[in-house]
Amino acid sequence: MPASARTVTDTHLQSYVDKRLNRLQEAEVEKFLFDHPVIKTELREYQLFNRSFHHMFDSVLDERLPKRLVEFDQEVTKNRISLAQAAVVFIALSVGLVAGWFGRGEFGPVGDPVAGETTLAMVRDAFSYHAVYTPEVRHPVEVPSSQQAHLVGWLSKRLKTKVTAPNLSETGFNLLGGRLLSSGNAPAAQFMYENAKGQRVTLFTRKRQSGEADSAFRYASKGKVNGFYWTDSELSFVLISDASKEQISKMAHVVYEKLNK
Amino acid sequence: MSDIKNEIVRHIPHLRRFARALVNGVEVADDLVQDCLERAWAKRDKWDSRRDMRPWLFSIMHSVYANNARRYKRTPSMISYSELDDAAAAPDEHVELTMTDLQRALDQVSDEHREILLLIGLEQMSYKDSAEVLGIPIGTVMSRLMRARKRLRELMTDPTMPMTMIRRVK
Repeated sequence: MPASARTVTDTHLQSYVDKRLNRLQEAEVEKFLFDHPVIKTELREYQLFNRSFHHMFDSVLDERLPKRLVEFDQEVTKNRISLAQAAVVFIALSVGLVAGWFGRGEFGPVGDPVAGETTLAMVRDAFSYHAVYTPEVRHPVEVPSSQQAHLVGWLSKRLKTKVTAPNLSETGFNLLGGRLLSSGNAPAAQFMYENAKGQRVTLFTRKRQSGEADSAFRYASKGKVNGFYWTDSELSFVLISDASKEQISKMAHVVYEKLNK
Repeated sequence: MSDIKNEIVRHIPHLRRFARALVNGVEVADDLVQDCLERAWAKRDKWDSRRDMRPWLFSIMHSVYANNARRYKRTPSMISYSELDDAAAAPDEHVELTMTDLQRALDQVSDEHREILLLIGLEQMSYKDSAEVLGIPIGTVMSRLMRARKRLRELMTDPTMPMTMIRRVK
């Protein structure tokens, strides 16, 4: 735009588009535009852009606010999974698991709807072990929660990385204890929790394997059993229960919060 | 509800409008808004209550967006079926077509250009506040705004997006 040899500057022209000039300045610009019809056309189109933006997006102002947007003062909304996002993608896997992807990565790349084979193998193992040990009445765990320090010390040593049994009492579930298991060739840990109604939840974890990327919460289910799994910088986790998907997603958030404190 | 929460809530519709224009998809846009609100709430002590909250909130949204652009990635020209149906049913087809063209052009400009076009053209933020929001000098706001408009116009005048369409918008 030729800005030389005139009192009307580019800033004046943009301000004219946005109707931010006083009347005197505006008159000056209009006089200038009278002599420069090409620029005049250009500025008219810019004004049309502004009007079009309003035409396209102003209706958002009248929309009812989704609940999740007014709950920003509640800590639990952090690292959330919305049900709307849960509906995004569901992909059936050959093993009968249904893996869903929650639309966005809270801690990692977005765009791969299904976890890698290594992770999925772990998810299958976690579901199997959940099915095997949760019905146990007498020996659900190898080391009971009364020896929690010993339990996490032992498992940390065997998994060769620090593992902890997060406190989930705010969700009504208390630690029963844990056991050493394996997934693939890697040692793994299973922590079991129980609520007052006798409902059980397991948290399965093993060291993150090479080629496993950090990931968002992903959903998997087998029959009536629901699970969420994710990978952080050190470990991969699977949280499983026959509680509702909503309940378990809430729990997964609590687990994530506790582990990342 | 606390005063500060009330004050933040008051601005949510504008943050949503801006986010909706900035990224594609209602959910992704609301994710951006939610991330912005949570950040704002966490740093609410930093807000100078003598000042207008709007530029402060928008500057938070800007940094959340700029630092996580990949997360809120725009998928060019991803129009949902319901939107297409709406367009087909619209009384003035040309207006809708133009909107789609402008949407497509908006998809194609850089994040920087899109932000400034929308802050000023849609949110009607002052140049001074825009400079604060984007963390750049006001002179840069003006030159970036000019370049962004030229770019958008180039895209609109692309042969595949005939200019005749846009003239029909009233």
